[in-house]
Amino acid sequence: MSNQPLIMVDGLAKTFILHNADGATIPVFEGLRLEVAPGECVVLAGESGVGKSTLMRSIYGNYLPSRGAVRVLHDGAYVDITRAPPHQVLDVRRRTLGYVSQFLRVIPRISTLQLVMEPLLENGAGPQEARERAEHLLGALRLPKAHWDLPPATFSGGEQQRVNIARSFIRNYPVLLLDEPTASLDAENRAIVVQLVKQALGNGAAMIGIFHDRDVRDAVATKLFSVSEYKAAA
Amino acid sequence: MNAIPQAIEAAPLLRVDGLTKWYGHVAGCRDVSFELRRGEVLGVVGESGSGKTTLLNCISGRLPPSSGTVEFDTSRFGLTDIYGLNEPDRRRMQREEWGFVHQNPRDGLRMRVSGGANVAEPLMNLGNRHYGKMRSATVEWLQRVELDTRRIDDKPRNFSGGMQQRIQVARNLIHGPRLVFMDEPTGGLDVSVQARLLDLLRELVRDLGLAVIIVTHDMAVARLMADRLIVMKDGFVVETGLTDQVLDDPQHAYSQLLVSSVLQI
Repeated sequence: MSNQPLIMVDGLAKTFILHNADGATIPVFEGLRLEVAPGECVVLAGESGVGKSTLMRSIYGNYLPSRGAVRVLHDGAYVDITRAPPHQVLDVRRRTLGYVSQFLRVIPRISTLQLVMEPLLENGAGPQEARERAEHLLGALRLPKAHWDLPPATFSGGEQQRVNIARSFIRNYPVLLLDEPTASLDAENRAIVVQLVKQALGNGAAMIGIFHDRDVRDAVATKLFSVSEYKAAA
Repeated sequence: MNAIPQAIEAAPLLRVDGLTKWYGHVAGCRDVSFELRRGEVLGVVGESGSGKTTLLNCISGRLPPSSGTVEFDTSRFGLTDIYGLNEPDRRRMQREEWGFVHQNPRDGLRMRVSGGANVAEPLMNLGNRHYGKMRSATVEWLQRVELDTRRIDDKPRNFSGGMQQRIQVARNLIHGPRLVFMDEPTGGLDVSVQARLLDLLRELVRDLGLAVIIVTHDMAVARLMADRLIVMKDGFVVETGLTDQVLDDPQHAYSQLLVSSVLQI
C-alpha cells in the first residue's frame, strides 16, 4: 500500500455571503491545510459552530469553497473537487468518495434493502451479490428483518442512521467522510460502527470524521485536527 | 480496484451556445450556453417568467432562437445544428431520438384515440407495422408505468390526471429516445400522485440511461431528479452547478432567495 495521501486540502477558505441579509459575510476558515493518507482517520475537533461540518461539506463538493483546492485521488490522479465539472464530481462520489451524514435522505417507495444495495449496483455489482452484502450489513447493524422490505421513512432516528451507515459501508470507498454517524445510536450499535470503521481503515481507506461521543472518537481517531486554528478573521 | 464502466461519457450529446430569444424587444432567454452528456439529468429552475420554458422550446426544436446554436449528436449526421437541418430531417430526428413530456397531458396526448394507441403511436411513426409486436410493447410499457393493462383501450379522458401523465411518459419513452425534455412533468398533480410519478421517472431515467432536461419551479423535484442545475432569472442563467451544491450553498442573490423561500414541512 503506497502512502500517497488520498485527500489533500490546500489553502482552503470558506466565507458565506448572504445577499439577502444586506450582504452579510460570515467567514468560517481560511488557509486550511490537511492531508489524509490510507489507513488514517482524522477526527475534526472543536466546539460546535467552528466549521467542522462546513469543512466536511466543502470537501464533498456540497459547499463551494471561496479559495483553495480539495484534491482527491481518483483513478490514480488527483481531481480538484472545487473545480471539477459536475459529472466528474458525481463520478468521484460514486466510486471514490463516500459520505455518511447524520440524516438519511429518504426516497419515497424505495425499500431499505434496495436503498442499501444501490451504491453497489451503481458500481456494477450483480443483484445477488449486492443483496447478500446488504443483508449481511443490515444484520450486523441489528436492524430488525421485518424492516428490510419497508421504505425507511417511518423508521426511528437511530434506525434510519443505521440504514445510512449500511449504505455507506456496503462498498469499500477509498475515502470516507463521517459526519456524526453515531449521533443517535446506543452503545452497542456504536461499537458495531467502530468495528466497521476500523475494518475499513485496515483495508486502506482514508477517513475524516466528526464524532461527539468521546468513546467512538478515541477508538477510531489516528489524528485530531483542530479547525479553529484556521479560523478566519471576521 | 475493479474496472467500472464510466456511466457518463465525455463527449457532449447536446451543445447549446449563446442561445438568445427575443419577443419583440423583450428577451425570453439571453446568451445561454451549456453542454449535456449522455445519461446526464439537467434541471432548469427559476420563477415563472424567468425564461425556463422559452429555453426548453428553443432547445427542443419547437421555437427557433433569435441567435445562437443548438447542436445535437444525431445518429444520422453526428453533432449537428438542429436549426441547420431541413424540416423533414429535423422532424425525423425529434421523432426518433427525442421525447417531450408536457406539463398538461392534453398537450402531449391525442385525446380521441385510446391510451394504448397513444403509447403505440411513436412505434408506428417509426415505421413499425407488426400489430402484435406493437401491442406487446405497449402492454409492457403500460406495466412499466404501473397502469392497469386491462384499460388499454380506454380513452385518455377516462383516466385520472396522474394516469394520463403516466400514459404520456410511456408514449415518450417507448421508442427508446436518447434525450427527453420535461416541462413541469408533475406540475398539475396532487402531492401523493406527484411523489409516485417522480419516483417512477427517477427509476426509468436511471435504468434507461437517459439524458434529460427537466424544467421545474419545485426545488424538491429538482433535488430528486437532477444531477446539476441551471438557475434562471429574467432570461439569464445566474448560476449553474451540481444540484446539491446549488441548493445547499447557493452563490447568487437570486438563487439564495429561491432556496430560502421553500417552505419546510
